[in-house]
Amino acid sequence: MATGFAADPLIASDIAAYLAAQAAKPLIRVITCGSVDDGKSTLIGRMLYDSAQVFDDQLAALTADSKRLGTQGANLDFALLVDGLSAEREQGITIDVAYRFLSTPRAKLIIADCPGHEQYTRNMVTGASTADAAIVLVDARKGVLTQTRRHSTLVQLLGIRHILLAVNKLDLVDWSEARFQQISADYRAFAASIGLDDVTAIPISGLGGDNIVTPSANTPWYEGPALLPWLEGLDIAAKASPARAFRMPVQWVNRPDSEFRGFAGLVADGVIAPGDAVRVLPAGRTTTIARIVTADGDLAAAVAGQSVTLTLSDQVECARGSVIAAANDPPQTADQFEATIVWMADEALLPGRSYLLKLATQTVAATLATPKYQLDINTLAQLATKTLEMNAIGVVAITTARPIVFESFADSRDLGGFILIDRVSHATVAAGMIRFALRRSQNIHLQAIDTGREAHARLKQQRPMVLWLTGLSGAGKSTIANLVEKQLHLLGRHTFLLDGDNVRHGLNKDLGFTDADRIENIRRVGEVARLLTDAGLIVITAFISPFRAERAMVRAMMAPGEFIEIHVDTPLADAERRDVKGLYAKARAGKLRNFTGIDSPYEAPETPEIHIDTTAMSAEAAAMLIVERVTN
Amino acid sequence: MTLSHLQRLEAESIHILREVVAEVERPVLLYSIGKDSGVMLHLALKAFYPAPLPFPLLHIASGWDFAAMLEHRDRMVAAHGLTLIVQHNAVAAAQGVNPFDTPTPLYTRVMLTDMLKAALDTGGFDAAFGGGRRDEEKARAKERIFSFRGPTHGWDPRHQRPELWNLYNAHKAKGDSIRVFPLSNWTELDIWEYIAAENIPIVPLYLAAKRPTVTRDGMILMVDDDRMVLRPGETIVERSIRFRTLGCYPLSGASDSLAATLPEVIQEMLLSTASERLGRAVDHDPSASMEKKKTEGYF
Ligand SMILES: Nc1nc2c(ncn2[C@@H]2O[C@H](COP(=O)(O)OP(=O)(O)O)[C@@H](O)[C@H]2O)c(=O)[nH]1
Repeated sequence: MATGFAADPLIASDIAAYLAAQAAKPLIRVITCGSVDDGKSTLIGRMLYDSAQVFDDQLAALTADSKRLGTQGANLDFALLVDGLSAEREQGITIDVAYRFLSTPRAKLIIADCPGHEQYTRNMVTGASTADAAIVLVDARKGVLTQTRRHSTLVQLLGIRHILLAVNKLDLVDWSEARFQQISADYRAFAASIGLDDVTAIPISGLGGDNIVTPSANTPWYEGPALLPWLEGLDIAAKASPARAFRMPVQWVNRPDSEFRGFAGLVADGVIAPGDAVRVLPAGRTTTIARIVTADGDLAAAVAGQSVTLTLSDQVECARGSVIAAANDPPQTADQFEATIVWMADEALLPGRSYLLKLATQTVAATLATPKYQLDINTLAQLATKTLEMNAIGVVAITTARPIVFESFADSRDLGGFILIDRVSHATVAAGMIRFALRRSQNIHLQAIDTGREAHARLKQQRPMVLWLTGLSGAGKSTIANLVEKQLHLLGRHTFLLDGDNVRHGLNKDLGFTDADRIENIRRVGEVARLLTDAGLIVITAFISPFRAERAMVRAMMAPGEFIEIHVDTPLADAERRDVKGLYAKARAGKLRNFTGIDSPYEAPETPEIHIDTTAMSAEAAAMLIVERVTN
Repeated sequence: MTLSHLQRLEAESIHILREVVAEVERPVLLYSIGKDSGVMLHLALKAFYPAPLPFPLLHIASGWDFAAMLEHRDRMVAAHGLTLIVQHNAVAAAQGVNPFDTPTPLYTRVMLTDMLKAALDTGGFDAAFGGGRRDEEKARAKERIFSFRGPTHGWDPRHQRPELWNLYNAHKAKGDSIRVFPLSNWTELDIWEYIAAENIPIVPLYLAAKRPTVTRDGMILMVDDDRMVLRPGETIVERSIRFRTLGCYPLSGASDSLAATLPEVIQEMLLSTASERLGRAVDHDPSASMEKKKTEGYF
């Protein structure tokens, strides 16, 4: 039946050996690009036919269809093999992405077949997004066309780096080497100008099957590989190299019982092994990999492309959306980006509207600015525009509601590619590729939106405030603060807890414990708390904040009535007896200087809004009391 | 290190299964007991290991499944502690709808398609995993991995969402549901190779054995129980047969075969020349019919 690859003799003689050989085959994904009538369908049909993927019944149908339509005279019209939905059959054009499957002696191939018209840019982008390589088809009579350039630009934009230029219908130019060389040279010059360097040109005839599977006698002057062998030989393991920093976006937390807590995901980049140091973003804690758990037993290592479940050595904050990354080379976190956007919806981009942005496993609200420019993908000219219509490509600044973990698309498809989702229609309206993060200070012209602190608070349906817990070290501030936050959260309040842990390590890591530093510490915390109340949040803070003056300073920063001072009152003797962190002992031993209560004063509040006597009530009772006071 | 095709396909399918569980409220796995369902179940068990499967299995039972299929189903359920929902149209069955006398399209709609819709509606399932592959059929070749259905479960091939990278958009309107095809990129050969490599349990009917058969309308049918009434002139013949696809026994054509082991089945398949669906009476319609059935909500 097949004309190209003779069926593997092992199939008949030694099926076990054949299966063993199969098991090692890689899977390679390619996209075919070509203008109408360049011969794309014919080429794909030919590849299917030549690699023995066409069964007798399909061949019978093909023969019947070919005869009925008469497109190839008495011959088979291979293009009919790859034709799809009935609507497009009638129109005689392909309108969507279709996937074709091929098994060759050395690889399995998935071919994304998508239409070339300009109005189908989005289909081509879809097909290209999963491809390892692209076949760019050119009609030898026509040479490099505007369409060819456009397809190549899209392919480049989508991060495909391996390009096969298939110069087709060479039978129609008398197998002219000169013509082939000229087209190849034209194309290479253009490709290089847009950053495509890995170009292999092959002279073919899809109709005749020349240089598809084996070298053709019609092109004795051509010494390179035939098309399928070139595809089979592609190196697609670059992401799984130990030279790439490890990244795994967490998809799902696996918690079958209280003992096991695993983080499931598809490794996006690099290699990982138990014992490797990792940083969990965006929280930023470092830990090490404990185990790589799979149903087939623990793995000694995992590489990019594998779906695994990791367990960590420490209990760190990690959830869906977190990224587990190499500790010494983590990706960035930001909330403003410049990105290239391909618009895919009937309804045009609306600057200022809130869309959902999904990047890896993170989904956040995002707003787009007015596009910086639209790209004319035929000429690469930058056009001024106020929006992007369906199939348009442009560069846009994006602001996300909270910071996301990302990399530039050039570095990582997985952490740099995203989609935008319309919040009302739920449709996927755009594909985006992050170019780089923007600094806050940069001037982003967002659509003027009238969203002041009232608007934020209204959205949250809560009264913003600061619950300022003050007291000695070991008084119970953090315990109570955590309980308060938990209860408020359950009540649907949007809270945020500021304590030594999340402030001292980042924002205030430059500060020590001298009086001057303590004051600056509180001032900064106050400023942050103020911003968070502007955002409509209920802020809970747990700092010793020993000085009356600083607490007064913070109170003055807040809107009237929004500062709730809470004295967590524990006598020094009790706090010292508990000494949970062993700090009092150290201070008494002189190993800690400027320790509140020992060699630095604590100025108790004179008229706190709430007074908690920890000798008289439990932490739970205290939390309840506070929650009651602030929710009434 | 280059992953093998099976490793890459497995990782992709597991990723899809996990995305759905992370993003939708009530997923369910459509378990037809065939080889594709078997692979899908195997992948799901792997995806969530060591946790138990976080969704139930749904079997649309026509009442005419091969007995060996039901045994296999119950074995798998017991072995893995699975939750199984069985949906059956007892009313239609009592009214006499059956695969012998009812025209096949009507039978399929009443016993399978309508029951699938009913089960999804009753269970409030907003996502259903199906074992469809793109290599099966031309219409499937263009279907997305996440395929959205309106409240009437229809598929609109003109309004499919673009699906980029491995980013799936599971957002949907109330009342809409998603059919998810984690095996979209697998071929029939991949399925068999994976079953062999992973030792996945399959219904014994996939392997050749001597079975009671009759030949009817050009198909070899297995006489699975005494509900099958012989037509005049028919006699039961013991033949060594196996099945390429399984469903209702009166509608599933067998092929003569001596391939009693998995490698032999694969060998025979590779050397054979008829594509898979030839053995399934349901699909013996004009070429674009799968597309039509899908528009009507067939899985
Ligand atoms: N002479 C010749 N004709 C070809 C070749 N490849 C395709 N064609 C013809 O070019 C026309 C368009 O081919 P088709 O595959 O439908 O193009 P598509 O629109 O790119 O899918 C058809 O008439 C084909 O038979 C080739 O290598 N040589």
